[in-house]
Amino acid sequence: MTSPDATEIPGLPPPASAGDRPTTGPRRLRQPSSPWLGFALRRLTGLVTIFLALLVVSFLIVQLIPGDPAAGIAGANADPADIARVRHELRLDRPVWERFVDYVGDVFSGHLGTSFKYRQPVETIIFNRLPFTATIALAGIVIVLLVSIPLGMIVGVLTRGGRRTWLDTTFGVVTGFLDAVPGYIMASFLVVTFAVGIGAVPLYPPAYTPRFAAQSFVLPIASIVIGPICTVSRVVRRETAVVLDNDYMRTAHGWRLPAHKRYVKWALPNLLTTTLTLSGLILTGMIGGAIIIESVFALPGLGSGIIKAILDRDYPVIQGMVIVIGMIAAIVNLLVDVLLGLIDQRTLGGSHVSA
Amino acid sequence: MAEAEQTAAQTPAQKAAQTASRTAAQTAAVQVRDLEVSYGWGRRATRILHGITMDVTRGHTVGIVGESGSGKSTLAKTLTGTIRPTNGNVRIAGLDVFATRGTDRTGMRRRVQMIPQDPYSSLNPRRTIGEALAEAVDPRHAKVKKHQDEIVHWLETVRMPADTIHQYPHECSGGQRQRIAIARGLILRPEVVIADEITSALDVSVQAEILNLIAGLRRELGLTMVFISHNLAVVRHVSDEVAVLYRGDIVEHGATADLYERPRHAYTRALLDAVPGTAGT
Amino acid sequence: MSPRSRRHHGNPGLVLGLALLGIVVLIAVLAPVFFTGEADALGSRFAQPSSGHPLGTDAAGHDVLLRGLVATRLTLVMTVGATAIAVALGILLGTGVWLMGPRAREVCLRVIDAMVAFPGLLLALVVAAVLGAGGSSVVIAIGVAGIPYFARLTANLAAKVSQREYVRTARLLGVSHPRIAIRHMLPNMAEPLLVLSASTFASTLTALSALSFVGIGVQSPSYDWGKLLSEALPSLLAGRPFQMVGPAALVIVTGLAAILIGDGLAAAANPRTARRAAGRRGARDTERDTPVPRDEYLVDVQDLWIHSGDKPLVKGVSFGIRPGEIVGVVGESGSGKTLTAMSLARLLPDGLTLSSSRMAIGDLDLRWPVPPGLMAETVSLVYQDPGSTFNPALALGTQLTEVLRTHKHIGARAARRRMVEALQAVHLTHPERRMKQYPHELSGGMRQRAMIATALATEPRLIIADEPTTALDVTVQAEILRELERVNDRLGTSIMFISHDIGVVRALCHRVVVMYRGEVVEEIDAADLTVESARHPYTRALLAATPDIDRPVETLPGMAWTPEAAKEHSHG
Repeated sequence: MTSPDATEIPGLPPPASAGDRPTTGPRRLRQPSSPWLGFALRRLTGLVTIFLALLVVSFLIVQLIPGDPAAGIAGANADPADIARVRHELRLDRPVWERFVDYVGDVFSGHLGTSFKYRQPVETIIFNRLPFTATIALAGIVIVLLVSIPLGMIVGVLTRGGRRTWLDTTFGVVTGFLDAVPGYIMASFLVVTFAVGIGAVPLYPPAYTPRFAAQSFVLPIASIVIGPICTVSRVVRRETAVVLDNDYMRTAHGWRLPAHKRYVKWALPNLLTTTLTLSGLILTGMIGGAIIIESVFALPGLGSGIIKAILDRDYPVIQGMVIVIGMIAAIVNLLVDVLLGLIDQRTLGGSHVSA
Repeated sequence: MAEAEQTAAQTPAQKAAQTASRTAAQTAAVQVRDLEVSYGWGRRATRILHGITMDVTRGHTVGIVGESGSGKSTLAKTLTGTIRPTNGNVRIAGLDVFATRGTDRTGMRRRVQMIPQDPYSSLNPRRTIGEALAEAVDPRHAKVKKHQDEIVHWLETVRMPADTIHQYPHECSGGQRQRIAIARGLILRPEVVIADEITSALDVSVQAEILNLIAGLRRELGLTMVFISHNLAVVRHVSDEVAVLYRGDIVEHGATADLYERPRHAYTRALLDAVPGTAGT
Repeated sequence: MSPRSRRHHGNPGLVLGLALLGIVVLIAVLAPVFFTGEADALGSRFAQPSSGHPLGTDAAGHDVLLRGLVATRLTLVMTVGATAIAVALGILLGTGVWLMGPRAREVCLRVIDAMVAFPGLLLALVVAAVLGAGGSSVVIAIGVAGIPYFARLTANLAAKVSQREYVRTARLLGVSHPRIAIRHMLPNMAEPLLVLSASTFASTLTALSALSFVGIGVQSPSYDWGKLLSEALPSLLAGRPFQMVGPAALVIVTGLAAILIGDGLAAAANPRTARRAAGRRGARDTERDTPVPRDEYLVDVQDLWIHSGDKPLVKGVSFGIRPGEIVGVVGESGSGKTLTAMSLARLLPDGLTLSSSRMAIGDLDLRWPVPPGLMAETVSLVYQDPGSTFNPALALGTQLTEVLRTHKHIGARAARRRMVEALQAVHLTHPERRMKQYPHELSGGMRQRAMIATALATEPRLIIADEPTTALDVTVQAEILRELERVNDRLGTSIMFISHDIGVVRALCHRVVVMYRGEVVEEIDAADLTVESARHPYTRALLAATPDIDRPVETLPGMAWTPEAAKEHSHG
């Protein structure tokens, strides 16, 4: 007579989404072969969709330029011949759908066009600049996760249930202050202190001789990680408080499990799932941070490249870089989700980001 | 309504006895025919209700009992028109709930009112009790002043003082909030009221107050009500008839005293036996 | 929980943030009025700080400090503009999504999700690439780039609010969708949205100045903080950092103000942080006359008081549990039954103080520190199952064996074998498979069986069961009660059974303790728990108010019983 389903619990408010969720009943025990298979399939279609969306967006950049795009791109003091040349080069003299088909065909055959300014294939420019951005962004993300999760959790545990208010206040003030410092100002400060003042690290990448390559990344990475470390560790600290308040923590306490087991084995996995879900956004945001930071340190990465291209109205380069940077962001997101799935298989179910 | 007032003078027992002899002329307030509800599509579809047929006679209270997953809440939501059935239909006072469209649909919806389960989330914390009731009377403008007399009348009907009209929900206890939720459900004079687990979140003493209030209102107003609960004792207390729901089917439906004293279906017997303090345990 | 009882008193962060923002706004209003002329005046180039130019001059000979102050207005106007675009359209989209049909909502949420995952700054660059460099185009760019994030978070909030009964009821009443959004959803999302707007303001400020900094934003001859900073960059590298100080400080102060205001508002709105711990948990005046230990009892509690601050929650409770006895504790919410039980398990929540003249289980005095291992072998707990008593992230086997491994010091494999046997003993079907499953894959009844099995793993002398069947169906409840009875029969374990349901307590327990507002009003044999034989009027009133399935009555007697009567009774 036991009903193996407990989707509605008498005496308590119904589960949050009882309204539109199927009551699965006993079939819940019959799981598909592997949750990873569905996940991989779903995320693969997701990546393809994002790629197509990026294609459309990058294509539209040129089409949406107000007024006559050709005249706008050629510049204020261009003669009609220049404008005609630009118009022909961007195929603006042909119907929109034809241009789009051509554009998509070019991209799929690996041709992203030729830079107006450098007269070089765009893919070459991107290929040369990609390593810098990828290094800064990926190293930054790893450092942020490695520092902020333990930091936030330790503070969260020490201040649980209103203990040590001084620590809570100090933590809030310090992280709040550092968080308010934009990355490029932090970069300037670090340059003054370490490169100009102390001379501990090189300021400019000296042509990337192997001797200096690693050191010249120290300051750029340091300046983009400090803000996100503060943001993420605050998220972790808040989530720690929430997790410690949960019934299952009381259960573990009732079983008299030692503190390290309760915090590391019981709290941490739950903490990581919520934290990573929330921080995924912050981490992709770091790619944006990297774009700006490259300009401060004059690193020849994709970020300084796209900004230069916008100022130069070098549209083929802009289009190519939008696609590449967008795909990097999509891949970072995917990595975060894979990490989440490794920690807690339930997250493979394909639900939304929920805060 | 005239019939309802006539029957109001009778006791539930008398009414139950007359159930069988009622003729088609006294139309049922609610007619449910072959109601099927499924979630999901294709292979993953799950049927929640398997073709339910039942009538709720005007002026009667039908109790629905069942355990988790039996489809009680789904039935309530289908009766109020929130969930569309995959098959079958629901008629309120002879009109098909799911065949109406547009403004008719809104009018239709207002003929069925629901009293929700959780007194703490049933009232908007930022609006006064008066505003909550005014919205029920006039969803467009919700002016308290214009409908003050009616609101006060209904507050008094549920044994709440008139000055509650200016109070906010947090100034009321759980039991008081449930009274206000009942007033909001009745202020439209709906054809039928659906009460979904309305005493589950309450303490025994408050539950007694609410049950007494419901019993009183049934006598005074001749309410037609579908009373859904997992608590068999509570259902027995307020219902004229009881339907037992098990995994989406009504396994037994009969007059209350009859069903509780002479359960015919094995599941009903098991359910009654499982109640602690009775012969079964 | 009232919305107006929590105010912003004693929130220094919020006060400081508002003060800083006030100063910045004042500068924005006044500086351009008084200093525009002077800020545009040219002097000597690259001057060092002096009394005339506190922060020196720039490459063109402008006074750096004055330019920083004058730039405040443009920067703030741009930031407010971009924030307004993100907030207004984000709220519109986020609430709008929840008023759509389920399928349209699903599609929209997926699109928003994809856009959120896209770096905001890149989106802004795309918009800026279309519109060209310039102040108004970056405002639109950053504003538009902020929409998906704000919409997503609004949609999350709206998802919670739209599940509330009052929103559903309004739908049933035929209230139109826009009215539901305005009357019911937005007012109940206002506080978190305000907090979010503050943090959006801070990030917008950073992003806008970043774009001006790299040259895409404000163009000469206009200037904002970002532009001033980019003009200062060459000086910085040339060893003249002063030029950067002014605008950098202003950016940081404004951002900090926004963050402080956001945090302050969040703290004021959140009861978790607004609550202050009243004091450390600990014994209070335990030095009383030691009462006589009552030998026949396994559990002996005498004169137990629990305070929250100065407010007594449990007022001098005394009771005992004999070896092998099942004692029920009944009472309505607020009667202190759970607190009494938790203090016996030494699991009282933070901020409560406890005192008693005697609290012992066997020869273990609970008023003094007890090693956890000994505690585990003395008391085990079974909780109500709202689906959250087990860790959702760990497989059941991992959690269950942990108890054995910690307290019995046995290996993983042995612990697993013992646990499977224990699960079999409590009649859990397919124990091997259950060990590999996650808690959400089991029904409430199964989880409760697993809970009982774990409670027995340390062979405790007492099991405290706190409303263990409240969340379960009647038929499942009957099985769990039978299981507890069997445990008590077979192993002779004493059970303290807490419930609000008199029927359940009568069916299971030997003896019953009735509590009301922190006091024990009656201790009675379970068999005597009827309106006729209960002695205390409260017990009788409680019994009478409970609908009886076998004896329906026309009207249930209300609770014609007051706390004053309780006082007279307990004193008299």
